[in-house]
Amino acid sequence: MANQLDLEHEQELPQPVPVGFTINGTAVSLELDPRVTLASALREHLGLTGTKIGCEQGQCGACTVLVNGRRINSCLSLALMHDGDAITTIEGLGTPELMHPMQQAFIDHDGFQCGYCTPGQILSSLAVLEEIKAGIPSHVTGSLEGPIPLSDEEIRERMAGNLCRCAAYPNIIAAIRDYAEAGQ
Amino acid sequence: MKPFSYERPGTTAEAIDAAARPGARFIAGGTNLLDLMKLDIETPAHIVDLNRLGLDRIEATEDGGLRVGALVRNADLAADARIRRDYPVLTRALVSGASGQLRNKATTAGNLMQRTRCSYFYNTDMACNKRQPGSGCSAIGGLSHNLAVLGTSDACIATHPSDMCVALRALDAVVEVAGAGGVTRSVPIADFHLLPGDTPHIETALKPGELITAIVLPPPLGGTQLYRKVRDRASYAFANVSLALVARLEAGAPVVDRLAFGGLALKPWRVEAAERGPRDPDAIADIVLADATPTDDTAYKLPLARRMLAAALEQLA
Repeated sequence: MANQLDLEHEQELPQPVPVGFTINGTAVSLELDPRVTLASALREHLGLTGTKIGCEQGQCGACTVLVNGRRINSCLSLALMHDGDAITTIEGLGTPELMHPMQQAFIDHDGFQCGYCTPGQILSSLAVLEEIKAGIPSHVTGSLEGPIPLSDEEIRERMAGNLCRCAAYPNIIAAIRDYAEAGQ
Repeated sequence: MKPFSYERPGTTAEAIDAAARPGARFIAGGTNLLDLMKLDIETPAHIVDLNRLGLDRIEATEDGGLRVGALVRNADLAADARIRRDYPVLTRALVSGASGQLRNKATTAGNLMQRTRCSYFYNTDMACNKRQPGSGCSAIGGLSHNLAVLGTSDACIATHPSDMCVALRALDAVVEVAGAGGVTRSVPIADFHLLPGDTPHIETALKPGELITAIVLPPPLGGTQLYRKVRDRASYAFANVSLALVARLEAGAPVVDRLAFGGLALKPWRVEAAERGPRDPDAIADIVLADATPTDDTAYKLPLARRMLAAALEQLA
């Protein structure tokens, strides 16, 4: 009877669907239930637990990863939607022995306390600097013509999608500025 | 999330065919749909992923406007040099909404299709005529701080959450739609979103299975273009009230060419009789805000809208 019930349950589940993408430069192939989000694929299927899941609704930014160089909330995307994409997670930036300069800047400036939001903060920080460089305007940008200044106001507004409940915000801004001004 | 099957068509025609399956829903950015699916507010049986359809270009139209593909991401639309130069109210509206991560993912058509953030719509324990037709409206008589003051009904007082759509309304954009058998049609933005009436679950003019393929912007209006937004915090929140304004100076005094408000209704609120008429902001606001039906919680929106318009016109003078 139990087996029969399990069988019926099995039949309700959707068929796994193959998907392939590149994670931190390495090609991976998976077969996933369509419901698996990119964040869950990284954490539960690939063991890359550096990507954190906080609110699960795109508010907190802990799940931020780079997809083809652009930051997104990996909790609000199905893994299957990323077939063929190149994904960068915190594990792809540096190692404890050889940190990415942005990771080092967060340590130098005490840009965290508990650290849960930090992977998302760091990936978002790198994307923010690229977005400013590319001339993508924000809500606080003055003129829509010409280069965008690298001001604290610009950085703060652009980091609004990454919450830090320890409120390390001033130190996060300092870390980002330090990294940017070092011309990394 | 309820189980669903998934497919990734390569052409618009295939996508429209796929949508004929029972319980099918399109997904583009997914930033709103997946959020709602996690809460079982949306329970599609089949997901049609549109991300391989192309539809991601911004092209000039013959009459000097722009055709924005349905899959152009909000960040890319805001940053496009032609949009920044000729339709700055659209750029300003886009960057006042959501976060950098969401704008990278959310699409032009998805922004049009996003659903209300009314907390009773989101709370599956509460009655909501949008979520479950006929169940009632918990927002009426409930906490309505950020809900509608215009175009409401006895069935629903939700607002439409989009900033982009408010700018599109001021610009008189047109929504291009494709349906079964390759039939296409154009829907003016004014007619795209529906007021609740007694069918608040019917939210847009789209027919079942139809797919948005592009938004067409008419030739540039010129003038000074502003988007102002007041919200409960400085960033990353939905509007209490927002306004999209296109104006010009005549003999040193600002004249309103286009004016649309967000945060006041279930669609961008524009009253054309208020445009190119009175110069006095209060007289303009009297026309736009006529027949408002605020609750105790939303009464603040009326003086707020009035002051925002006065401040915007003062900025231009």
